[in-house]
Amino acid sequence: MLTLEGVGKTYANGVHALDAVNLSVGPGEIVAIVGGSGCGKSTLLRAISGLDTPSQGRVLLDGEKVTKPHEKIGIIFQEPRLLPWLTVAGNVGFGLEDRPKAERDARVAEALTRVGLSEKANMWPRELSGGQAQRVAIARALVPRPEVLLLDEPFSALDAFTRVDLQDHLLGLWADTRPILILVTHDVDEAVVLADRIMVMRPRPGRIFDEIAADLPRPRERQSSAFDRVRRHVMAALDRSLKPVAPSDANEAAAFWW
Amino acid sequence: MSLVRMSAAIEPAAQPKQKTGKSVLARWSGPALGLILPLGLAVGWELAVRAGLSNGRLVPPPSVIYATFAELAKTGELQRHAAATLARVVAGFGIGVVVGTLLGAITGYSMLVRRFIDPSLQALRAIPSIAWVPLFILWLGIFEASKVTLIAVGVFFPVYLGVMGAVMSVDRKIVEVGRAFRLSGAKMVRRILLPAVLPAYVIALRSGLGLGWMFVVAAEFMGASEGLGFLLVDGQQLGKPAQIVAAIVAFAVIGKITDWLIVGITAPFLRWEDRFKSPAAEG
Ligand SMILES: Nc1ncnc2c1ncn2[C@@H]1O[C@H](COP(=O)(O)OP(=O)(O)OP(=O)(O)O)[C@@H](O)[C@H]1O
Ligand SMILES: [Mg+2]
Repeated sequence: MLTLEGVGKTYANGVHALDAVNLSVGPGEIVAIVGGSGCGKSTLLRAISGLDTPSQGRVLLDGEKVTKPHEKIGIIFQEPRLLPWLTVAGNVGFGLEDRPKAERDARVAEALTRVGLSEKANMWPRELSGGQAQRVAIARALVPRPEVLLLDEPFSALDAFTRVDLQDHLLGLWADTRPILILVTHDVDEAVVLADRIMVMRPRPGRIFDEIAADLPRPRERQSSAFDRVRRHVMAALDRSLKPVAPSDANEAAAFWW
Repeated sequence: MSLVRMSAAIEPAAQPKQKTGKSVLARWSGPALGLILPLGLAVGWELAVRAGLSNGRLVPPPSVIYATFAELAKTGELQRHAAATLARVVAGFGIGVVVGTLLGAITGYSMLVRRFIDPSLQALRAIPSIAWVPLFILWLGIFEASKVTLIAVGVFFPVYLGVMGAVMSVDRKIVEVGRAFRLSGAKMVRRILLPAVLPAYVIALRSGLGLGWMFVVAAEFMGASEGLGFLLVDGQQLGKPAQIVAAIVAFAVIGKITDWLIVGITAPFLRWEDRFKSPAAEG
């Protein structure tokens, strides 16, 4: 159980990036976060991961406060961020350094098989394609068996086919141990394919604007009318989230009319 | 020759058989091309002296240099002088590398320390290091200590600058991966920072070594009874140009070998590097 209690963040330069976010995610749930650029999605994810500390509020994992990177929380960044001096297998096993070698090797081999890269185990990261590198990054984050996996636009740099392929891979891996997934994305289809719940954020300061349940059966049919209904629901909420609501915002909007 | 190379690069791989033939040629044509000028000059000079066009006293022909070299090697003189010089370079290089690495790592890591000591070190760097020679002799005497110190100063600066720059430019995103896996302190250094700075460190060591060889000559000029630098001075004073050239050749050979040693020892740790490779080297 992951709980956010009034999590806010003001950066050192005075930018109020995040304002009192409350969220509670149950075991095995997949939550997608969508919103315009600069509305604080990455800030929120970094606060949950413990890489940054929130200025207000707190993050609780099973009742325990998260203040620094936690062994039960894994993160996948927008870029693969593989360590270039380690082979593919070395990268996947990076988080298992303190385990016995036999166990480490077995788990790395298993993870590489799951992401379909077992024959690339001894290659260098520079020899991989972008999609393969991101699959290695997913394997690296999942191998320590986290309870929470955070993903910050993990597939946004990839082409549409590779993206769909990796979404399926991710769901397959998730089904093994069913961690909590929190996924930031710009792609509404991706959110609807993967998530149980979709949070729409609103900028300046970043906060949760709307919450949409995507209670479609899995595996999800991208062409079904139910899928389309949820997608249009999310699109509409996104649209509204980017429009000014209060008159006090009107000046600001006028300044950006061009 | 360069035409052959160019056409090999431009032609598509439609004729694989011909292509391998050309790439062998291309691989050797580069070094061969570079050898034509020096070999041509050497042979030309040798012939000119033999033909009596010049007496070759001030610029000895290759055969005389070789004879001098062989003579020096046979009497063991060459080995003794080379060993003395090598010992000075090794000692100075060792000291310069240790101090440069430590200070470079600390200043690269801590902004406070960098602000505190880097300006002073940069100011010292602006002094031509040979200018220290009189002071070092006054402080440390004319024997080994002042020579090794001068070499160490020469080695220190490139190593210090290289390490500081490398530590400062370690990718924040990669460090964050380490943090996400809860690394800190010694583990962060061993698993993230050290491998990340290694390529730049090797370059810093190599330029430090180059300066070490340069400064050993300066150090041996300021009065030595042995060493390759002594052979240079001795050759000048006694009017033996062949001995001077033989010593220069010895410098070149030993300098290159020590450089190869650094490259060879570190190469296994740098196989991962994503470097630019020229098409000829890859083929
Ligand atoms: N390290 C930082 N220091 C100061 N301000 C920051 C920092 N990181 C982000 N911000 C600001 O905080 C706000 C939210 O940034 P954040 O990166 O969380 O947005 P985002 O929703 O992830 O955007 P995108 O979709 O473009 O990735 C932005 O206005 C940004 O300028
Ligand atoms: Mg972001």
